[in-house]
Formats: sequence, C-alpha cells, structure tokens
Amino acid sequence: MYRIRFHGRGGQGMKTASRILGTAFFREGYEVQDAPRYGAERRGAPIFAYVRASHNKIFERGVIRNPNLVVVADETLVTMPAAGVMQGVNTTTVLLIHSRLTSREWQDRLRLSNPVCILPLGEEGEAFMAWHFIGVMCAAAAARLTGALSRETFDLALGEELSGLTTSVIEENLVHARWAYDQMQNVQGCVHSISPIPASSYMKPDWIDLSFEDAKTSTPAIHRELTSEDVKTGLWRTMRPVINRDHCKSCYWICSTYCPDGAIRVDGDGRPHIDYVHCKGCLVCAKQCPNNAIEAVPEKEGDV
Amino acid sequence: MSNHLMLTGNVAAAWGARLAGIDYVPAFPITPQTEIIETLARWIEFGEMEAKFLTLDSEHSMITAAGAAAATGVRVFSATSSQGLLYGMEMLYTVAGWRSPFVLVNVSRGLASPITLEPDHNDIFAARDSGFLQLHCSTCQEIVDGILLAYKMAEDRRVRLPVIVNLDGFYLSFTREPVDIPDADHVAQFLPSFDPFNQGFQAVAPFNEAVAVLGGSSYSYFRYQTHLAAMNAEAVMSECAALFAETFGRQYSAIESYRCDDAEVVFVMMGSFATKAKAAVDSLREAGQAVGLLRPFLFRPFPSKAFREALAGKHGVAVVDQNLAPGLGGVIHTELAAHLYGHSGDKPVLVSFIGGLGGRDIEQEEFFEMAQITQQAADDGHPPPPRLLYTSSELREIKKMQTIALHQGGEKCI
Repeated sequence: MYRIRFHGRGGQGMKTASRILGTAFFREGYEVQDAPRYGAERRGAPIFAYVRASHNKIFERGVIRNPNLVVVADETLVTMPAAGVMQGVNTTTVLLIHSRLTSREWQDRLRLSNPVCILPLGEEGEAFMAWHFIGVMCAAAAARLTGALSRETFDLALGEELSGLTTSVIEENLVHARWAYDQMQNVQGCVHSISPIPASSYMKPDWIDLSFEDAKTSTPAIHRELTSEDVKTGLWRTMRPVINRDHCKSCYWICSTYCPDGAIRVDGDGRPHIDYVHCKGCLVCAKQCPNNAIEAVPEKEGDV
Repeated sequence: MSNHLMLTGNVAAAWGARLAGIDYVPAFPITPQTEIIETLARWIEFGEMEAKFLTLDSEHSMITAAGAAAATGVRVFSATSSQGLLYGMEMLYTVAGWRSPFVLVNVSRGLASPITLEPDHNDIFAARDSGFLQLHCSTCQEIVDGILLAYKMAEDRRVRLPVIVNLDGFYLSFTREPVDIPDADHVAQFLPSFDPFNQGFQAVAPFNEAVAVLGGSSYSYFRYQTHLAAMNAEAVMSECAALFAETFGRQYSAIESYRCDDAEVVFVMMGSFATKAKAAVDSLREAGQAVGLLRPFLFRPFPSKAFREALAGKHGVAVVDQNLAPGLGGVIHTELAAHLYGHSGDKPVLVSFIGGLGGRDIEQEEFFEMAQITQQAADDGHPPPPRLLYTSSELREIKKMQTIALHQGGEKCI
C-alpha cells in the first residue's frame, strides 16, 4: 500500500493535492482513500492531507502513522512540532521537500539517511515559484515518485479535480504540474509500497491507568489571560497585508474592525498599524479597505 | 456519468438523499456535517434534483419541521451532528412518538466539555432511547446504501419510525473513497414513492397530531407501541436487506461478521473505526490467531438474537466502546452483557476497552494487544478491569499543556 502525507499551510492546496493524487490512483484502478485533516481551518495554518492507495481493499483509516512518502510544501513546517511533519517517519520513508536546500543538506539537518527529494524553489525554478501552484506541483512530483502513475493519468486527474475552474487556469496548473513531474525524472519510482505491521512482532502499547486528579487540574481551563498573544500566528502567513500610506485615508475604523484577530491597532491620528507577529494573513483587511490601500505581498518578498 | 466515484462520506450522504427522491430538507449547519446540506442546496439550486430546502433557526426547529413535514405525507431528509443533535433532543423523542418516518443523518463528533471536532459515539448514543432507529456506517458506500435502507425500514407499515443514519466525522465525513452510486431506476424499484399510511395531514382535512394524554395507563400504551415498532425493525431490516442485495448486489445485515466463523476471540465495535479492526484481524490471522470482528450496523433495535447466535461458542470478546458513560463505562459493553445474561449456554468472557474518544486514533498495535489480553482473559476465565486506550506519552503531552494552562504566570494562577 502507498501511504502518502502532504504537509503545507492552509491556502497552499494540500487538500487539492491529495484529491488529485487520489483521483489519479483511482483512475489507475487502485482502491483509494484521500482526506484532509483540518486543524485551525485558517489560511496559513498548518494543514495536512493524506492518500492511501492499494490494489487490495483498504481497511486502514484516519491519519497515516507510517508514511512511505511525506511531501512538504512549506519547509518552515519541518521544525514545527505541532505540524507533525516527521511523525512516524521511518528509515524507508521518502521525503519530498519544496526547498532551496539540497537533499544532502536536509539529510544533515534532520540527521536522517532517508532518501530526500527536492522540489526546487528559487533560482532554477524561478518561473514556477508562484505559491498558488505549489499544491499541484507537489501532487505531480509525488505521482512520479510512486512510479505508478503516468503523466497522462495525472493530467486527467488534475483536469477532473479542477473542473470547476476556467480552461486557462487549468492549463496554467498543468504547465506547473508537468514541470514538477519532470523534475522527478531521476527519482521516479523511489517510493515503495509497504506492508502493514505484522501482529507476530509488534511494540506493546505503553498504556497507563489514568488516576484521579482534582477538578482544579482536570478541567479544561486555562488559568491565565491573553494566552493567544503567546502564539506567534504571524508564522502562518503566506501573504502579507501591507498598508500603502499614500492611499490610506486614516479612516480609523474599517480595517481594524474587520480584522478577525484584532491584529490592527489604530493610533491617535487614525492611522492603522498591523501587528505582524499575530496577523495570520487572511487578507480580510485588504478586501474591505474601500480605498484599496492594503496590498497583498507574498511573504517572502514582504520581509521588512 | 460514471456511477463509480470518489466521494466523501458527506457527499455520499447527499447522494443517498438525492436517490431516495426526498421532497423536503429542513437544515441547520454544523461541523462536520455542513457539506451534506451544502451539497443538497447546490443540487436543488441548480435544478439537479427537485426538493424544497429550508434553513431553520436551530436543530430544535429543524427536527420539528422534519417530523411535521413527514406528517403531511412527504419524504424528508435532514442532517446534524453532536451539539446540534443534543439541541434538538426534545424533538427527537417527540417526532418519534408521532410515528413520522424520515431519515436524519448524524455525523458523529465528541460532545462538550471540552468542546471538540473529531468523532466518538456519545452524541448518537444520547439519542438511543428516543424511539429513532439507528444504523451505523463504516464506509462511504454504506452511507449511500444505508440511507436507502433506512427509508425502506422507516416507511414499512410494521415500523413507521424515523431513523438516524450515523457516520463518523473526519474518518468518513471528509474522507473520499470509491463509491458505487446505485442506478436511479433500481432505486425507484427498491424504494417506491412515500406511503403516507398513518400520516397525510392536509389543511383541507386537518386532524390533531400528538395529543396529550393524562395518566400513565394511556401513556404506557403509546410508549410501548413505539417500542414494539422498533422491535419489529430487526426482522424488517433483514427483509429490506435481502431485497437490497437482490436489487443492488450488496449484502447487509444487522451485524456484519468478519472472519468470525472459526474465531475464538472477536472484537465488537461499530462505525468507521471497525474497519481498522478488520485490518488488525487480517494481520492477526496471518500470525495464526483465530480472531474476528462483529460490527453492529443496526444498533436500534439492539440486534440481541443476532449477537447471541454470532457469539455462541466464542471464548472471548473485546468490546471496544468509542463512547463513555461517566459512572458506568462503555455503553456497548453494558448492553451486550445485558443481552447475553439470562440465556442458557456458555458465555464468552467480555473485556471492556474504551478507545477512540474524541477521534483519538486506535493503532494496529493496540488491536493486537487487545486481542492478546482478551485471549488471556478467556483462558483464565477472568476479565481484567475496563481499560482506557491511553498511553504514558499522551499523559506527558497533557501534563506539558497543563504546565502552561495551570502554572505559568505565577501570581495569575488560581
């Protein structure tokens, strides 16, 4: 069975990637299961999706614990424990990372000897960097890594999953997907189907008897205020809202009122200031500003 | 259009309703169910199916509207989840007593507190005494098929009760799997148009629905009639399932039995997590252990006789409850024990496990260990105390969170 997990951020198309790959396997006659696992359900928040594909009936269900391929669309997730990128990665798991670093550098950073494939970001892939294509690119690269899916099958699956979009948008996605598919030429088929854990030799679960703790401890309460300030949700952003002071009329209320996270403060002169430590990049402010004074800038270009 | 599609559990549920030729959908959104009513709303808006869709102000109104609409003699579908099902609880009991047949899908989700999103069965089990029948699905295919079966059972004149078709949030609701969409003509044969029978309320011919009774004697009569109707549903279900198999070629029964014939130890569990148990059974069989699975598809009425027959001669039963009744334990364990007690013959040893609360995963190794413990209990004749599937690393994780929640910030602590 193929067990493939896609890790990215909300808005990068990880769910779509899993569906395209799932549909491609389905078209090839596989039994398939694909699903997203929503966490915070916000643009920019870590999300993952997974695909199981097998020639036999699939009884496994839920989150994949022992992946044979982990695809990482956003390399900043690797070091974030809550994103669970490395969960269940064993010595045979193939990693596919969208990164400027080399395969060797990642092996060194993670102290792993696993095969690490790179979907290049930057220089050579410059023309293909547009972040909104990263989902289809990851799906195409993953398809090639399995060695089980032809380019034709993949293209048909992509067309099917994006069928609600215009022909030109589909075409643009196909171009990016084909580029990513080609990048994996030398590592085609490096992901191998693996069998389940045998019942004859398994690690005993480390169950414990949960003991009583008084209600002060054992109720779901947080005895502190403003804990959300401690979570640097600005890391979730893929796009950054930037206020253009030339166009901002200092209306003092619109963007700050619509911001769902209270991340826009207005000073005494009615000028808004965005708290980039907590702004999640939902871009509601940019949409609401009647003067179009808030621009959306890709995070990588928005560094100040 | 091909009739073999990749569908999420939610879209499969919408397909079930669409194929059943429903007339009316009273709706109220709630995660993880909303995709069902969104899908139906879209189909209705774009003319792909003909039905009336109405958003109500709460699940309480929604279930009232569903029961009332069924009382006018039309086929009704609705869907909810978790807190929503509980918000409508008063009306679940009420409309069941009206003997209004319709189908309500519940997408299981753990109940507050703490509030959460992923599944367990305490929401649907809260409705177990309402008079609604219950079918519990384990795959996306079963959702489409289960909804068709549910209408067939609900509308049968020996039953005339509403049915809840349950599917697990995330593990089915948002998971795509290949599904065969039954052919519409075959569905029309299997499920002819709604038979109003005891219903058919019209403005030109009004009658008093749901009158009050004073005194326990008449109350007992009506309440017990609901019970008798529910009890009829087991036999009605096997008839419907036989017709279903004849029409569509897929077999269903009150209890699905997987590799049980020569099994000494069997798992009993329901819903989508039961397919994980199948994977474990396959591995255990490969390792030479005689293990099987019994999965109740029908939970109300409780398939008492089918369980007794299936468990005859078995040594041990690992009951995995994905629910918890505080102060009691696992609901299926308790109900199964009640139905085995008082009948002649050797009884298997029942071992109670609580697992999968709030969507907590159950890993393959845990199934292997449960089988081992149950085998041991069967050999000794002594079941161990109930076991929560919970590991020391999970406790460490919660302790880490509590360090922040309870103690950090010094003077701010309570």
